Amino acid sequence: MTGFLAILQRDLRLALRQGADSVMVVAFFIVTTTLFPFGVGPEVNILARIASGVIWVSALLAAMLSLERVFQADYEDGSLELLTLSPVSLELLILGKVLAHWLTTGLPLIIAAPLMAVMLNMDQDGFAILMIAMLLGTPALSLIGAIGAALILGARRGGVLVSLLVLPLYIPVLIFGAGAVEAALLGISATAQLQIMAAILLLTLAAAPFATAHAVRQAME
Amino acid sequence: MHRFAKPSVFLKFTAPILPWLSVLTVILIAAGLYFSLIGSPVDYQQGHTVRIMYIHVPAAWMGLFCYVGMAICGAMSLIWKHPLADICARATAPVGATFTALCLITGSLWGEPMWGTWWVWDARLTSMLILLFLYLGYMALVNAFDDPERGSKAGSALALVGAVNVPIVKFSVDWWNTLHQPASIVRMDGPAIDPSMQLPLALMILGFTCYYLVVLILRVRLELNERRIRALHLSGMFDEHSTPAPPTEQSYDAGHNAEAKQ
Repeated sequence: MTGFLAILQRDLRLALRQGADSVMVVAFFIVTTTLFPFGVGPEVNILARIASGVIWVSALLAAMLSLERVFQADYEDGSLELLTLSPVSLELLILGKVLAHWLTTGLPLIIAAPLMAVMLNMDQDGFAILMIAMLLGTPALSLIGAIGAALILGARRGGVLVSLLVLPLYIPVLIFGAGAVEAALLGISATAQLQIMAAILLLTLAAAPFATAHAVRQAME
Repeated sequence: MHRFAKPSVFLKFTAPILPWLSVLTVILIAAGLYFSLIGSPVDYQQGHTVRIMYIHVPAAWMGLFCYVGMAICGAMSLIWKHPLADICARATAPVGATFTALCLITGSLWGEPMWGTWWVWDARLTSMLILLFLYLGYMALVNAFDDPERGSKAGSALALVGAVNVPIVKFSVDWWNTLHQPASIVRMDGPAIDPSMQLPLALMILGFTCYYLVVLILRVRLELNERRIRALHLSGMFDEHSTPAPPTEQSYDAGHNAEAKQ
Protein backbone atom coordinates (compact mmCIF):
# COMPACT_ATOMS: atom_id res chain seq x y z
CA MET A 1 0.00 0.00 0.00
CA THR A 2 2.87 2.38 0.76
CA GLY A 3 4.20 1.63 -2.72
CA PHE A 4 0.82 2.48 -4.21
CA LEU A 5 0.65 5.78 -2.34
CA ALA A 6 4.26 6.62 -3.12
CA ILE A 7 3.83 6.12 -6.86
CA LEU A 8 0.53 8.03 -6.80
CA GLN A 9 2.22 10.92 -4.98
CA ARG A 10 5.20 10.87 -7.33
CA ASP A 11 3.11 10.88 -10.50
CA LEU A 12 0.80 13.58 -9.17
CA ARG A 13 3.77 15.72 -8.16
CA LEU A 14 5.37 15.25 -11.56
CA ALA A 15 2.14 16.18 -13.32
CA LEU A 16 1.63 19.25 -11.15
CA ARG A 17 5.21 20.51 -11.39
CA GLN A 18 5.35 20.02 -15.14
CA GLY A 19 2.01 21.78 -14.94
CA ALA A 20 1.04 22.17 -18.54
CA ASP A 21 -0.10 18.57 -19.07
CA SER A 22 -3.51 18.73 -17.38
CA VAL A 23 -4.19 22.15 -18.79
CA MET A 24 -3.33 20.90 -22.27
CA VAL A 25 -5.79 18.03 -21.98
CA VAL A 26 -8.61 20.34 -20.97
CA ALA A 27 -7.63 22.85 -23.66
CA PHE A 28 -7.65 20.10 -26.27
CA PHE A 29 -11.09 19.00 -25.03
CA ILE A 30 -12.49 22.52 -25.28
CA VAL A 31 -10.98 23.23 -28.68
CA THR A 32 -12.23 19.94 -30.14
CA THR A 33 -15.71 20.58 -28.81
CA THR A 34 -15.79 24.08 -30.26
CA LEU A 35 -14.92 22.67 -33.68
CA PHE A 36 -18.32 20.99 -33.92
CA PRO A 37 -20.45 24.17 -34.05
CA PHE A 38 -18.24 25.30 -36.94
CA GLY A 39 -18.66 21.95 -38.63
CA VAL A 40 -22.41 21.43 -38.28
CA GLY A 41 -23.44 25.08 -38.07
CA PRO A 42 -24.51 27.13 -35.05
CA GLU A 43 -28.15 26.03 -35.13
CA VAL A 44 -29.22 25.72 -31.47
CA ASN A 45 -31.51 22.69 -31.81
CA ILE A 46 -28.98 20.61 -33.69
CA LEU A 47 -26.23 21.46 -31.20
CA ALA A 48 -28.46 20.60 -28.24
CA ARG A 49 -29.29 17.29 -29.92
CA ILE A 50 -25.67 16.25 -30.52
CA ALA A 51 -24.15 17.82 -27.38
CA SER A 52 -23.82 14.64 -25.31
CA GLY A 53 -22.18 12.72 -28.14
CA VAL A 54 -19.81 15.58 -28.97
CA ILE A 55 -18.73 15.95 -25.36
CA TRP A 56 -18.11 12.22 -25.00
CA VAL A 57 -16.15 11.93 -28.24
CA SER A 58 -13.99 14.93 -27.35
CA ALA A 59 -13.38 13.57 -23.86
CA LEU A 60 -12.43 10.21 -25.36
CA LEU A 61 -9.90 11.80 -27.71
CA ALA A 62 -8.48 14.04 -24.97
CA ALA A 63 -8.05 11.05 -22.65
CA MET A 64 -6.41 9.08 -25.45
CA LEU A 65 -3.93 11.79 -26.37
CA SER A 66 -2.67 11.99 -22.79
CA LEU A 67 -2.05 8.24 -22.55
CA GLU A 68 1.50 8.55 -23.76
CA ARG A 69 2.64 10.11 -20.55
CA VAL A 70 1.50 7.21 -18.34
CA PHE A 71 4.55 5.10 -19.17
CA GLN A 72 6.58 6.76 -21.93
CA ALA A 73 8.78 9.07 -19.83
CA ASP A 74 9.40 6.37 -17.23
CA TYR A 75 10.24 3.93 -20.00
CA GLU A 76 12.75 6.29 -21.55
CA ASP A 77 14.60 7.27 -18.36
CA GLY A 78 14.62 3.67 -17.09
CA SER A 79 12.54 4.17 -13.95
CA LEU A 80 9.89 1.81 -15.31
CA GLU A 81 12.48 -0.95 -15.26
CA LEU A 82 13.20 -0.25 -11.59
CA LEU A 83 9.48 -0.32 -10.87
CA THR A 84 9.14 -3.77 -12.44
CA LEU A 85 12.08 -4.97 -10.33
CA SER A 86 10.75 -3.53 -7.08
CA PRO A 87 9.33 -5.91 -4.44
CA VAL A 88 5.96 -4.15 -4.55
CA SER A 89 3.57 -5.86 -6.96
CA LEU A 90 3.65 -4.20 -10.36
CA GLU A 91 -0.15 -4.41 -10.69
CA LEU A 92 -0.56 -2.22 -7.62
CA LEU A 93 1.99 0.30 -8.88
CA ILE A 94 0.21 0.45 -12.23
CA LEU A 95 -3.08 1.02 -10.48
CA GLY A 96 -1.41 3.96 -8.73
CA LYS A 97 -0.12 5.35 -12.02
CA VAL A 98 -3.55 4.96 -13.63
CA LEU A 99 -5.21 6.69 -10.68
CA ALA A 100 -2.73 9.55 -11.02
CA HIS A 101 -3.49 9.73 -14.75
CA TRP A 102 -7.21 9.86 -14.06
CA LEU A 103 -6.84 12.53 -11.37
CA THR A 104 -4.86 14.74 -13.74
CA THR A 105 -6.91 14.16 -16.92
CA GLY A 106 -10.28 12.53 -16.20
CA LEU A 107 -11.20 14.75 -13.29
CA PRO A 108 -10.42 18.07 -15.06
CA LEU A 109 -12.47 16.83 -18.03
CA ILE A 110 -15.46 16.13 -15.78
CA ILE A 111 -15.20 19.64 -14.39
CA ALA A 112 -14.92 21.14 -17.87
CA ALA A 113 -17.77 19.07 -19.34
CA PRO A 114 -20.73 21.09 -17.96
CA LEU A 115 -19.15 24.26 -19.34
CA MET A 116 -19.12 22.77 -22.81
CA ALA A 117 -22.65 21.42 -22.27
CA VAL A 118 -23.82 24.97 -21.58
CA MET A 119 -22.06 26.28 -24.68
CA LEU A 120 -23.70 23.56 -26.80
CA ASN A 121 -27.13 24.41 -25.35
CA MET A 122 -27.65 21.03 -23.79
CA ASP A 123 -30.80 20.78 -21.72
CA GLN A 124 -30.16 21.18 -17.99
CA ASP A 125 -31.81 17.84 -17.16
CA GLY A 126 -28.79 16.09 -18.62
CA PHE A 127 -26.05 17.85 -16.62
CA ALA A 128 -26.13 15.71 -13.49
CA ILE A 129 -26.31 12.44 -15.43
CA LEU A 130 -23.51 13.60 -17.75
CA MET A 131 -21.24 14.20 -14.79
CA ILE A 132 -22.16 10.91 -13.09
CA ALA A 133 -21.65 9.03 -16.36
CA MET A 134 -18.26 10.68 -16.86
CA LEU A 135 -17.34 9.89 -13.27
CA LEU A 136 -17.97 6.21 -14.05
CA GLY A 137 -16.63 6.29 -17.59
CA THR A 138 -13.36 8.25 -17.48
CA PRO A 139 -11.63 5.93 -14.95
CA ALA A 140 -12.49 3.03 -17.28
CA LEU A 141 -10.93 5.02 -20.14
CA SER A 142 -7.72 5.49 -18.16
CA LEU A 143 -7.62 1.79 -17.22
CA ILE A 144 -8.22 0.55 -20.78
CA GLY A 145 -5.86 3.16 -22.17
CA ALA A 146 -3.05 2.03 -19.86
CA ILE A 147 -3.11 -1.38 -21.58
CA GLY A 148 -2.61 0.29 -24.95
CA ALA A 149 0.05 2.65 -23.60
CA ALA A 150 2.00 -0.31 -22.20
CA LEU A 151 1.65 -2.39 -25.37
CA ILE A 152 3.23 0.25 -27.59
CA LEU A 153 6.31 0.86 -25.42
CA GLY A 154 9.30 0.73 -27.74
CA ALA A 155 7.19 0.65 -30.91
CA ARG A 156 7.77 2.80 -33.95
CA ARG A 157 5.10 5.51 -34.44
CA GLY A 158 3.59 4.60 -31.07
CA GLY A 159 1.35 7.64 -30.88
CA VAL A 160 -0.68 6.76 -33.98
CA LEU A 161 -0.70 3.10 -33.07
CA VAL A 162 -2.20 3.66 -29.62
CA SER A 163 -5.27 5.28 -31.17
CA LEU A 164 -5.84 2.26 -33.40
CA LEU A 165 -5.54 -0.08 -30.41
CA VAL A 166 -7.46 1.85 -27.80
CA LEU A 167 -10.32 3.56 -29.65
CA PRO A 168 -12.16 0.34 -30.60
CA LEU A 169 -12.03 -0.70 -26.94
CA TYR A 170 -13.38 2.72 -25.89
CA ILE A 171 -16.56 2.31 -27.92
CA PRO A 172 -18.68 0.57 -25.21
CA VAL A 173 -17.98 3.41 -22.78
CA LEU A 174 -18.96 5.92 -25.47
CA ILE A 175 -22.19 4.08 -26.33
CA PHE A 176 -23.46 3.81 -22.77
CA GLY A 177 -22.07 7.19 -21.68
CA ALA A 178 -23.86 9.02 -24.47
CA GLY A 179 -26.89 6.75 -24.02
CA ALA A 180 -27.24 7.66 -20.34
CA VAL A 181 -27.30 11.40 -21.12
CA GLU A 182 -29.70 10.80 -24.01
CA ALA A 183 -32.07 8.92 -21.69
CA ALA A 184 -31.91 11.70 -19.10
CA LEU A 185 -32.69 14.29 -21.78
CA LEU A 186 -35.71 12.28 -22.90
CA GLY A 187 -36.89 12.13 -19.29
CA ILE A 188 -36.35 8.37 -18.97
CA SER A 189 -34.40 6.86 -16.09
CA ALA A 190 -30.73 6.43 -16.99
CA THR A 191 -30.14 3.83 -14.27
CA ALA A 192 -29.68 0.94 -16.69
CA GLN A 193 -26.93 2.68 -18.68
CA LEU A 194 -25.22 3.88 -15.51
CA GLN A 195 -25.28 0.38 -14.07
CA ILE A 196 -23.70 -1.02 -17.23
CA MET A 197 -21.04 1.71 -17.03
CA ALA A 198 -20.37 0.78 -13.41
CA ALA A 199 -20.06 -2.85 -14.53
CA ILE A 200 -17.56 -1.85 -17.24
CA LEU A 201 -15.59 0.13 -14.67
CA LEU A 202 -15.49 -2.79 -12.21
CA LEU A 203 -14.49 -5.22 -14.94
CA THR A 204 -11.66 -3.02 -16.20
CA LEU A 205 -10.60 -2.28 -12.62
CA ALA A 206 -10.26 -6.01 -11.99
CA ALA A 207 -8.68 -7.03 -15.29
CA ALA A 208 -6.79 -4.07 -16.79
CA PRO A 209 -3.98 -3.79 -14.18
CA PHE A 210 -3.00 -7.41 -14.85
CA ALA A 211 -3.04 -6.99 -18.63
CA THR A 212 -1.06 -3.74 -18.30
CA ALA A 213 1.48 -5.26 -15.93
CA HIS A 214 1.92 -8.15 -18.33
CA ALA A 215 2.51 -5.76 -21.23
CA VAL A 216 4.98 -3.69 -19.18
CA ARG A 217 6.96 -6.79 -18.22
CA GLN A 218 7.13 -7.79 -21.88
CA ALA A 219 8.43 -4.37 -22.81
CA MET A 220 11.20 -4.75 -20.21
CA GLU A 221 12.44 -8.12 -21.49
CA MET B 1 -0.22 -31.03 -28.14
CA HIS B 2 3.29 -29.80 -27.39
CA ARG B 3 4.79 -32.47 -29.64
CA PHE B 4 3.14 -30.77 -32.60
CA ALA B 5 4.47 -27.34 -31.73
CA LYS B 6 7.79 -28.02 -33.38
CA PRO B 7 8.22 -26.53 -36.84
CA SER B 8 9.69 -29.72 -38.33
CA VAL B 9 6.73 -31.75 -37.03
CA PHE B 10 4.33 -29.14 -38.38
CA LEU B 11 5.97 -29.26 -41.81
CA LYS B 12 6.00 -33.06 -41.83
CA PHE B 13 2.35 -33.32 -40.86
CA THR B 14 1.02 -30.62 -43.14
CA ALA B 15 2.95 -31.59 -46.27
CA PRO B 16 0.73 -34.61 -47.11
CA ILE B 17 -2.47 -32.88 -45.89
CA LEU B 18 -2.05 -29.74 -47.98
CA PRO B 19 -2.83 -31.13 -51.49
CA TRP B 20 -5.88 -33.04 -50.23
CA LEU B 21 -7.14 -30.06 -48.31
CA SER B 22 -6.68 -27.81 -51.34
CA VAL B 23 -8.66 -30.19 -53.55
CA LEU B 24 -11.36 -30.46 -50.89
CA THR B 25 -11.55 -26.66 -50.67
CA VAL B 26 -12.00 -26.32 -54.43
CA ILE B 27 -14.69 -29.04 -54.52
CA LEU B 28 -16.59 -27.63 -51.52
CA ILE B 29 -16.55 -24.05 -52.77
CA ALA B 30 -17.42 -25.11 -56.33
CA ALA B 31 -20.33 -27.23 -55.10
CA GLY B 32 -21.33 -24.52 -52.66
CA LEU B 33 -21.32 -21.90 -55.42
CA TYR B 34 -23.36 -24.15 -57.72
CA PHE B 35 -26.01 -24.76 -55.07
CA SER B 36 -26.06 -21.19 -53.87
CA LEU B 37 -26.20 -19.55 -57.30
CA ILE B 38 -28.17 -22.09 -59.38
CA GLY B 39 -29.31 -25.13 -57.41
CA SER B 40 -31.25 -23.45 -54.62
CA PRO B 41 -34.72 -21.88 -54.66
CA VAL B 42 -35.38 -18.17 -54.75
CA ASP B 43 -36.53 -16.67 -51.46
CA TYR B 44 -40.22 -15.72 -51.46
CA GLN B 45 -39.46 -12.29 -50.05
CA GLN B 46 -35.89 -11.48 -51.02
CA GLY B 47 -35.82 -12.95 -54.51
CA HIS B 48 -32.38 -13.57 -55.91
CA THR B 49 -30.82 -11.25 -53.35
CA VAL B 50 -30.88 -14.11 -50.86
CA ARG B 51 -27.93 -15.60 -52.73
CA ILE B 52 -25.65 -12.93 -51.23
CA MET B 53 -26.28 -14.67 -47.90
CA TYR B 54 -24.33 -17.71 -49.02
CA ILE B 55 -21.19 -15.59 -49.09
CA HIS B 56 -22.12 -13.20 -46.29
CA VAL B 57 -22.90 -15.72 -43.54
CA PRO B 58 -19.81 -17.92 -44.11
CA ALA B 59 -17.62 -14.81 -44.26
CA ALA B 60 -19.07 -13.55 -40.96
CA TRP B 61 -18.52 -16.99 -39.44
CA MET B 62 -14.92 -17.02 -40.64
CA GLY B 63 -14.31 -13.51 -39.30
CA LEU B 64 -15.27 -14.69 -35.82
CA PHE B 65 -13.66 -18.12 -36.19
CA CYS B 66 -10.33 -16.59 -37.20
CA TYR B 67 -10.43 -14.15 -34.31
CA VAL B 68 -11.10 -16.94 -31.80
CA GLY B 69 -8.28 -18.93 -33.41
CA MET B 70 -5.98 -15.92 -33.18
CA ALA B 71 -6.86 -15.34 -29.51
CA ILE B 72 -6.27 -19.03 -28.68
CA CYS B 73 -2.91 -18.93 -30.47
CA GLY B 74 -2.12 -15.75 -28.54
CA ALA B 75 -2.95 -17.43 -25.24
CA MET B 76 -0.85 -20.45 -26.17
CA SER B 77 2.10 -18.28 -27.08
CA LEU B 78 1.82 -16.37 -23.81
CA ILE B 79 1.41 -19.48 -21.66
CA TRP B 80 3.75 -21.99 -23.31
CA LYS B 81 5.86 -19.58 -25.39
CA HIS B 82 5.53 -21.64 -28.57
CA PRO B 83 6.90 -19.57 -31.44
CA LEU B 84 4.69 -21.64 -33.75
CA ALA B 85 1.59 -20.27 -31.98
CA ASP B 86 2.88 -16.74 -32.67
CA ILE B 87 3.36 -17.55 -36.31
CA CYS B 88 -0.14 -19.04 -36.52
CA ALA B 89 -1.68 -15.94 -34.91
CA ARG B 90 0.23 -13.64 -37.28
CA ALA B 91 -0.78 -15.76 -40.27
CA THR B 92 -4.45 -15.76 -39.23
CA ALA B 93 -4.91 -12.01 -38.81
CA PRO B 94 -4.94 -10.89 -42.49
CA VAL B 95 -7.22 -13.81 -43.44
CA GLY B 96 -9.66 -12.97 -40.68
CA ALA B 97 -9.55 -9.28 -41.53
CA THR B 98 -10.30 -10.05 -45.18
CA PHE B 99 -13.27 -12.26 -44.27
CA THR B 100 -14.60 -9.61 -41.89
CA ALA B 101 -14.30 -6.97 -44.60
CA LEU B 102 -15.97 -9.34 -47.07
CA CYS B 103 -18.80 -9.86 -44.59
CA LEU B 104 -19.30 -6.10 -44.18
CA ILE B 105 -19.17 -5.47 -47.94
CA THR B 106 -21.59 -8.25 -48.89
CA GLY B 107 -23.87 -7.24 -46.02
CA SER B 108 -23.86 -3.70 -47.31
CA LEU B 109 -24.64 -4.86 -50.86
CA TRP B 110 -27.53 -6.90 -49.48
CA GLY B 111 -28.75 -4.11 -47.24
CA GLU B 112 -29.15 -1.59 -50.05
CA PRO B 113 -32.02 -3.43 -51.85
CA MET B 114 -33.45 -5.06 -48.70
CA TRP B 115 -33.26 -2.40 -46.01
CA GLY B 116 -32.94 0.52 -48.40
CA THR B 117 -29.62 1.60 -46.91
CA TRP B 118 -25.97 0.66 -47.32
CA TRP B 119 -25.24 0.94 -43.64
CA VAL B 120 -27.06 1.27 -40.32
CA TRP B 121 -25.45 1.81 -36.92
CA ASP B 122 -26.94 -1.37 -35.69
CA ALA B 123 -25.35 -3.36 -32.83
CA ARG B 124 -24.43 -6.33 -35.05
CA LEU B 125 -22.94 -4.19 -37.82
CA THR B 126 -21.09 -1.93 -35.42
CA SER B 127 -19.59 -4.79 -33.41
CA MET B 128 -18.48 -6.43 -36.67
CA LEU B 129 -16.82 -3.15 -37.71
CA ILE B 130 -15.02 -3.06 -34.35
CA LEU B 131 -13.85 -6.60 -35.06
CA LEU B 132 -12.29 -5.33 -38.29
CA PHE B 133 -10.59 -2.48 -36.37
CA LEU B 134 -9.24 -5.00 -33.84
CA TYR B 135 -7.74 -7.03 -36.68
CA LEU B 136 -6.17 -3.91 -38.17
CA GLY B 137 -4.86 -2.84 -34.76
CA TYR B 138 -3.38 -6.29 -34.23
CA MET B 139 -1.61 -6.26 -37.59
CA ALA B 140 -0.29 -2.74 -37.05
CA LEU B 141 0.94 -3.58 -33.54
CA VAL B 142 2.64 -6.83 -34.54
CA ASN B 143 4.62 -5.06 -37.25
CA ALA B 144 5.47 -1.94 -35.25
CA PHE B 145 8.53 -3.29 -33.46
CA ASP B 146 12.06 -3.86 -34.70
CA ASP B 147 12.11 -7.11 -32.77
CA PRO B 148 9.42 -9.45 -34.20
CA GLU B 149 9.29 -11.41 -30.92
CA ARG B 150 8.22 -8.34 -29.00
CA GLY B 151 5.61 -7.56 -31.66
CA SER B 152 4.13 -11.04 -31.39
CA LYS B 153 3.91 -10.86 -27.61
CA ALA B 154 2.25 -7.45 -27.61
CA GLY B 155 -0.10 -8.70 -30.33
CA SER B 156 -1.04 -11.77 -28.27
CA ALA B 157 -2.01 -9.57 -25.33
CA LEU B 158 -4.10 -7.34 -27.60
CA ALA B 159 -5.80 -10.35 -29.24
CA LEU B 160 -6.82 -11.62 -25.80
CA VAL B 161 -8.11 -8.24 -24.63
CA GLY B 162 -10.05 -7.82 -27.88
CA ALA B 163 -11.67 -11.23 -27.47
CA VAL B 164 -14.37 -9.58 -25.30
CA ASN B 165 -15.83 -8.37 -28.60
CA VAL B 166 -16.52 -11.88 -29.93
CA PRO B 167 -19.49 -12.74 -27.66
CA ILE B 168 -20.77 -9.20 -28.22
CA VAL B 169 -20.85 -9.82 -31.99
CA LYS B 170 -22.54 -13.19 -31.54
CA PHE B 171 -25.21 -12.11 -29.08
CA SER B 172 -25.69 -8.52 -30.25
CA VAL B 173 -28.86 -9.56 -32.11
CA ASP B 174 -30.32 -11.03 -28.92
CA TRP B 175 -29.25 -8.27 -26.53
CA TRP B 176 -30.34 -5.31 -28.59
CA ASN B 177 -33.24 -4.67 -30.93
CA THR B 178 -31.42 -4.70 -34.20
CA LEU B 179 -32.34 -4.31 -37.82
CA HIS B 180 -30.09 -7.29 -38.48
CA GLN B 181 -32.17 -10.47 -38.20
CA PRO B 182 -31.60 -12.74 -35.15
CA ALA B 183 -29.67 -16.00 -35.32
CA SER B 184 -31.28 -18.57 -37.59
CA ILE B 185 -28.71 -21.39 -37.74
CA VAL B 186 -27.07 -21.84 -34.34
CA ARG B 187 -29.96 -21.57 -31.89
CA MET B 188 -31.61 -23.57 -29.14
CA ASP B 189 -34.56 -24.99 -31.12
CA GLY B 190 -32.74 -25.99 -34.29
CA PRO B 191 -32.11 -24.12 -37.54
CA ALA B 192 -34.92 -21.94 -38.79
CA ILE B 193 -34.09 -22.02 -42.48
CA ASP B 194 -35.32 -24.33 -45.20
CA PRO B 195 -33.17 -27.48 -45.85
CA SER B 196 -32.77 -26.46 -49.51
CA MET B 197 -30.98 -23.34 -48.29
CA GLN B 198 -29.08 -25.10 -45.51
CA LEU B 199 -27.16 -27.24 -47.99
CA PRO B 200 -25.39 -24.44 -49.92
CA LEU B 201 -24.80 -22.57 -46.67
CA ALA B 202 -23.20 -25.59 -45.01
CA LEU B 203 -21.08 -26.29 -48.09
CA MET B 204 -19.85 -22.70 -48.22
CA ILE B 205 -19.07 -22.59 -44.50
CA LEU B 206 -17.08 -25.83 -44.75
CA GLY B 207 -15.40 -24.61 -47.94
CA PHE B 208 -14.39 -21.29 -46.37
CA THR B 209 -13.06 -23.08 -43.28
CA CYS B 210 -10.97 -25.43 -45.44
CA TYR B 211 -9.76 -22.44 -47.47
CA TYR B 212 -8.63 -20.78 -44.24
CA LEU B 213 -6.75 -23.91 -43.18
CA VAL B 214 -5.01 -24.11 -46.58
CA VAL B 215 -3.97 -20.46 -46.43
CA LEU B 216 -2.89 -20.85 -42.80
CA ILE B 217 -0.67 -23.82 -43.64
CA LEU B 218 0.82 -22.01 -46.64
CA ARG B 219 1.49 -18.84 -44.67
CA VAL B 220 3.03 -20.69 -41.72
CA ARG B 221 5.26 -22.69 -44.08
CA LEU B 222 6.32 -19.48 -45.79
CA GLU B 223 7.14 -17.83 -42.47
CA LEU B 224 9.11 -20.89 -41.28
CA ASN B 225 11.09 -20.96 -44.50
CA GLU B 226 11.77 -17.23 -44.31
CA ARG B 227 13.03 -17.62 -40.76
CA ARG B 228 15.20 -20.49 -41.82
CA ILE B 229 16.72 -18.47 -44.65
CA ARG B 230 17.39 -15.67 -42.19
CA ALA B 231 19.02 -18.11 -39.77
CA LEU B 232 21.15 -19.57 -42.55
CA HIS B 233 22.22 -16.09 -43.63
CA LEU B 234 23.21 -15.27 -40.07
CA SER B 235 25.24 -18.44 -39.74
CA GLY B 236 27.14 -17.55 -42.92
CA MET B 237 25.75 -20.49 -44.86
CA PHE B 238 25.31 -18.37 -47.96
CA ASP B 239 28.84 -16.97 -48.05
CA GLU B 240 30.32 -16.72 -51.50
CA HIS B 241 33.00 -19.34 -50.99
CA SER B 242 31.14 -22.00 -49.09
CA THR B 243 28.71 -24.42 -50.67
CA PRO B 244 25.33 -24.53 -48.93
CA ALA B 245 24.64 -27.74 -47.09
CA PRO B 246 21.50 -29.61 -48.11
CA PRO B 247 18.62 -28.70 -45.79
CA THR B 248 17.90 -31.11 -43.00
CA GLU B 249 14.80 -31.41 -40.93
CA GLN B 250 16.69 -30.41 -37.82
CA SER B 251 17.71 -27.08 -39.27
CA TYR B 252 14.07 -25.94 -39.10
CA ASP B 253 14.06 -26.60 -35.38
CA ALA B 254 17.50 -25.08 -34.83
CA GLY B 255 16.21 -21.56 -35.42
CA HIS B 256 13.04 -22.38 -33.55
CA ASN B 257 14.92 -23.54 -30.47
CA ALA B 258 17.25 -20.58 -30.55
CA GLU B 259 14.23 -18.28 -30.51
CA ALA B 260 12.54 -20.22 -27.73
CA LYS B 261 15.59 -19.82 -25.52
CA GLN B 262 15.69 -16.05 -25.79
